[in-house]
Amino acid sequence: MDAIIKKRINQVLKGDQNAYAEIVELYKDKVFQLCYRMLGNRHEAEDMAQEAFIRAYVNIASFNINLKFSTWLYRIATNLCIDRIRKKKPDFYLDAEVSGTDGLTMYSQIPSDTALPEEEVESMELQDIIQREISRLPEKYRSVIVLKYIEELSLNEISEILDMPLGTVKTRIHRGREALRQQLRNV
Amino acid sequence: MKCHEYEAYMHEYLDEEISTEHEKNLKQHLQQCVSCQKHFHELSKTITLVKGMATVTAPDDFTSKVMNKLPKEKKKVGIQRWFRHHPLLTAASLFLILMMGSVISGWNKGQDLSVSKQPNLIVKNDTVIVPEGEVVKGDVVVRNGSLQIEGQVDGNVIVINGEVIKGNKYMASAGQVTGEIKEINAVFEWIWYYLKNTAKEVVNLFEDNETEGEQSQGVAVFLNSIDR
Repeated sequence: MDAIIKKRINQVLKGDQNAYAEIVELYKDKVFQLCYRMLGNRHEAEDMAQEAFIRAYVNIASFNINLKFSTWLYRIATNLCIDRIRKKKPDFYLDAEVSGTDGLTMYSQIPSDTALPEEEVESMELQDIIQREISRLPEKYRSVIVLKYIEELSLNEISEILDMPLGTVKTRIHRGREALRQQLRNV
Repeated sequence: MKCHEYEAYMHEYLDEEISTEHEKNLKQHLQQCVSCQKHFHELSKTITLVKGMATVTAPDDFTSKVMNKLPKEKKKVGIQRWFRHHPLLTAASLFLILMMGSVISGWNKGQDLSVSKQPNLIVKNDTVIVPEGEVVKGDVVVRNGSLQIEGQVDGNVIVINGEVIKGNKYMASAGQVTGEIKEINAVFEWIWYYLKNTAKEVVNLFEDNETEGEQSQGVAVFLNSIDR
C-alpha cells in the first residue's frame, strides 16, 4: 500500500493529476469520517474533507516522501477541522442542531414519508447522542478522542499528526475520556 | 493510596501501558472500592460506545468532486500521459516525423551543385563531365546538376534533380557506364531513393561492424539486389 502511494505521489509530483484520484479514493472514507466525527455534520465534513485533499494536492511538493502519507493527510484534515470549530461561522444546514431544541434538527421540521423501523430509530438515537457528546467536547480533546477511538490510531501517530509531545497527547486523551464519561454516564 | 491516584492507573490501563504491578494494585483496589469500580466501568463503557459508532463513508461522488476542484494541470502533462499510454503509436509517429523531416530537408537542401569526389571529374557550371578517355572508378552521384558522360564510369550513376547526358546528344552510346543510371527528379522518387539508401547504410554499418571494415563480395551483391 505504501509503495503504491509513493508511486502515485511521484506521478502527481511529475504533474499527473489522474494519479491523485487513486490517492483520494484510498483515503476518502478515513478523512471524511475524521471530519464528520470532528464536526458532527455531513455537509461541513464533506467540505472540510474535500478541502483537505485539495490542500494536500497543492502542497504535495512539500511532503516528505519518506514519511507516512496518511499522517500528513490527517494532520491537514485535523487542522482544518480545528480551525473550522474555532471560527465556526453561523452556517445553516438541515441536519444542524436547532439551538435550544436539544438535538432537534431542521430535518425534524420536514415530515417524513416512511416510518423508520423502531430499532433503527433507537440505534440512530444512540449514535446521535454519542456524536452530540463528542461535538460538545472542547476541540483539543475532541481531536485526540476521534483519532484514537474512531480512526483507531496509535498514540505515537496521534502525536505526529497533532505535532505535539506524546505526554500531551496522553493527558488530553485522559481528560477527554473523563469528560466523555461524565457526559455519557447516563446513556 | 487515594482513589484519584488509581484513576491514573485506569488511564494507564486503557492506554494499554500499565505495568504488571500497577495492574495488580488496580485490580485489588477495584475489588474493594465501589466508587472506583463504577468510575472504571463508566470509562470502559464510554470507550465501547465511541468505538461502536457506525463507520461513515464519504459520498459516492466525493473523488470526482475533489478532482474537479483541483487546479488544472498543465496541458503538457496530458500529452505526456497520452504518449505514455500509447508507446507504439508514439514511436511510429515520432519515426515518421523525423523521417519526413530529414527527407524533405534533404530534398530542399539548397540548390547548390554537389558531386561525389572523384579526382578525374570536371565541373563546368551546372554540369559535371566525365572526360573522354578517362575511367571514373566508383559510383558517381550528382545533385542539382547534370552529368555528361564522355568517358567511362566504373560503377552506378545517380543524378538527383538533374539529367544524364551520355556523350554527344547524337551519339548516346559514346559514354559507358558499367552500373545503373538513375535520374531522380520528384519528391516521391527522392523519398524512395532515400529510404533505400538509408537501409543500405544501416546494413553497411551493421556489416562493417561484423567484418571490421572488410568489404565482402557477398554484401556487395546483396546491396546491388536491394538497389534493384
